[in-house]
Amino acid sequence: MSETTKKIQQGLKKRYAREKRFRFFGLLSILISFTFLLVLLTTISSKGLPAFQQTYIKLDVLLDEDVLGVNKTSEHQALFAANYGKVIKNSLKTMFPNVKGRKQKRALKNLVSKSAAYDLRDEVIKNPDLLGTTRSFWFLAKDDIDMFMKGKIDRNVPEADRRIKDYQLLWIEQLMTEERLEKRFNTVLFSAGDSREPEQAGLKGAVMGSLFTMLVTFFLSFPIAVAAAAYLEEFAPQNNRWVDMIEININNLAAVPSIVFGLLGLAVYISFFGIPRSTPLIGGLVLALMSLPTIIIASRAAIKSVPSSIKEAAVGLGASPIQVLFQHTLPLAMPGILTGTIIGMAQALGETAPLLMIGMVAFVAEVPSGVMDPSTVMPVQIYLWSDSPERAFTERTSAAIMVLLGFLVLMNLFAIMLRKKFERHW
Amino acid sequence: MKTNTTTGDGFNIEINGTVGTPFTDNAKMGSRNCDVFYADKQAIFDINLDIGKHEIIAMIGPSGCGKSTYLRVLNRMNDTIPICRVTGEHTLDDEDIYAKKMDPVLLRARVGMVFQKPNPFPKSIYDNVAYGARLHGLASNRSELDDLVEASLIKAGLFKEVKDDLQKSGTGLSGGQQQRLCIARAIAVDPEVILMDEPTSALDPIATALIEELMDELRQNYTIAIVTHSMQQAARVSQRTAYFHMGKLVEVNATDKVFTNPEHQLTENYITGRFG
Repeated sequence: MSETTKKIQQGLKKRYAREKRFRFFGLLSILISFTFLLVLLTTISSKGLPAFQQTYIKLDVLLDEDVLGVNKTSEHQALFAANYGKVIKNSLKTMFPNVKGRKQKRALKNLVSKSAAYDLRDEVIKNPDLLGTTRSFWFLAKDDIDMFMKGKIDRNVPEADRRIKDYQLLWIEQLMTEERLEKRFNTVLFSAGDSREPEQAGLKGAVMGSLFTMLVTFFLSFPIAVAAAAYLEEFAPQNNRWVDMIEININNLAAVPSIVFGLLGLAVYISFFGIPRSTPLIGGLVLALMSLPTIIIASRAAIKSVPSSIKEAAVGLGASPIQVLFQHTLPLAMPGILTGTIIGMAQALGETAPLLMIGMVAFVAEVPSGVMDPSTVMPVQIYLWSDSPERAFTERTSAAIMVLLGFLVLMNLFAIMLRKKFERHW
Repeated sequence: MKTNTTTGDGFNIEINGTVGTPFTDNAKMGSRNCDVFYADKQAIFDINLDIGKHEIIAMIGPSGCGKSTYLRVLNRMNDTIPICRVTGEHTLDDEDIYAKKMDPVLLRARVGMVFQKPNPFPKSIYDNVAYGARLHGLASNRSELDDLVEASLIKAGLFKEVKDDLQKSGTGLSGGQQQRLCIARAIAVDPEVILMDEPTSALDPIATALIEELMDELRQNYTIAIVTHSMQQAARVSQRTAYFHMGKLVEVNATDKVFTNPEHQLTENYITGRFG
C-alpha cells in the first residue's frame, strides 16, 4: 500500500463519522419539527373537534293563534312580526310547571337559543297551516347547556362557582330522560355569520370574506407581479440606475412588516381614494401590495432559470420577443411562478395585522355577497373569537383554525395540480 | 489597436488584412468592414467576407476567435445581447440586413440557425417542427401543416425514425436525433441560408456522420455557413474555409487549398496543430 493510500485511509474513518453525524442531526431536526407539528395539530383538533357538534333541544310547541295574534290567512308581514318567543316560553312552562321566581323563569327561557324564535318564525312562514297545531321542533340549545352536554362544565364544582345551577341540572336530566336532548353536526358553524351568541356564531361570513379578499388579491397581484418580473428580467435595460433602484426596493419591500402595508392602505386607499373600509376590496388591495414583492422575486428567479438555449431557438426561428415570452419563457417558468404565488397567497390568507388597520376587525354578522360588502376574514375572525369571554367560543376558535388550515390545504392542492400540469421535463 | 497576446509558438504573428479569396461573384450574403463590440471590448475587427450561393463555408479557428460571434451577426442574433454593437455593411441578396426597414423577425425566417447544443422545445416532435410554420402562418390548414412537417423531417433524415412517435416529446430523442430535429425545425420555415454553430460538437461520430451527409444534401437548396472546431469536418463538408484568429479573418480559400497549401503562416500553424 502506498503512502498516499494510507493517508487517505486514515482520513476516511473521520469522513464517514462526520457524514453519519450530519445525517443524524438532519433526522433529528426533522423529528423535532414533526413533533411540534403533531403537538400543534393534536391540541387544535382536540379543542376544536367538539365545536363541529352542537346540542339541540326538542320542544313540543303549541302554535296558538290567540297568543301569536295571527291566523292562517294573515299577511306575510303579520306572520313575520308575531311573538314566537312567547309560544316557546309557554311550551317550556308546560313542560316545567313548577318553576318559580324571576331568576329561574329567565333561566328556563334560556334553555334554548334566542334563534329558536326565528327558526319557528321561518317554519310558520313556510307553512302557515302549522298554526293552531302542536308540533315538535328541534331548537338550538343555549351555549351553557351545550358546554355542559360536552362535559366542559363540571357538576362537582360548588353551585356558586358553576354556570349551570342545580335547578337547571334537574331540567337537563328530565330532558335527557325524555330524549329531548341530542348532539348533531353543527351546520350553523358553516351556514351563519358571526354572532354575539356562541351557539349562533358561524364562519360563513369569514370564509366568504376570505374568499373574496383572496380573489381580489390574486387577480391584482398575480398579473402585475408576473408582468413586472418578466419586464425586469427580459426587457429592462441592464446596468441602469433606475432599474437597480427598483430591484433594491422590491427586495426591501418583501421584508417590510405587514402592518405597514395596513397603514399605507389606510392612508392611501381609504383616506385618499375613499374606498369603503372593512370590505374585501380594500383588504384585497392591501394584501396584494403585501404579496407583490414575494411573487415578483419568485417569478424572476423562475424566469431566470429558463434555459437560454430554448429562447435562442425561438428567436432563431423568427419569434418576436413577446412571442418568446408567452410561448416559451412564461410556460416554462410557470411552475416556479406558481410556487411563489402559493407562498404569497398563503401569507396573505393568514394575515391579520394589516387588516386591523383598515377596519376588517369590525363585528359583521352578515355574510358578504360581494367585494363591496362589509366583512371580516378568517384570521381576524379567529382573533375576535379568541378574545370573547364565553367558553363556547374557545372551541369555536380552534374549529376556525382547523377550517383555515383546511382552506390553505385546498388552495395549495389546487396550485400543486396546476404546477404538475405545467411541468415539462427535458 | 491591441496586439495579440502570446499563448504558444507561432501564435503571435501579425495579421494585415485577409489573404485568399474572401469575395465571390455569386454572393448570397456578404459583410464589409464588420466590427463587433461587447460594451467597450472589440470582439471582431474589420471582417470582409462573401458567402456564395449553394456553398458550404466552414469557419474555423481557436476558441474565442470570434467565429461564432460573426455567425450571429448574419441573422442579427446579437440583437438579443443588449451590450453588443455591430457595425459595417451586411447584406442578404444585396439587401442591407441592419437597415431600419429590415425586420429582424423576417430576417431570421430567411436565415435560419442551428445551435451547438441541441435545443428542441419541450413539446412534441410535431410541434417542434411545426413551430416556425405556425409562427409565420405558412400552412393554411392542418393537412398542409402535416405535409410540411413530414417533408421537413424527411429532408432532415429523421422521418423514418420518428414517423410513429410524432406526438412524443422532442426532448426524449437521442442527442443526434435532437440535432436533426433542430435542423428539421430550421428548414421547415424554408430559409435561404442556414447558420450552424458547431452543430456536431455534442454528438458521437455516427450522429456526426449522419448530419454531415445531411448537410451535403441540403446544399442543393440552401446556403450553409458552419462554425466548427473539427478540421476534418471542415475538410469533409465545405467548399470554402475561413480561418479566424483573435477576432480577425486571416484567410479565406477553397477548402482543399486551405488544408493542403495554406497561404498564411497562422493558418498553417493552426491546421498543423501548433496551437489551438
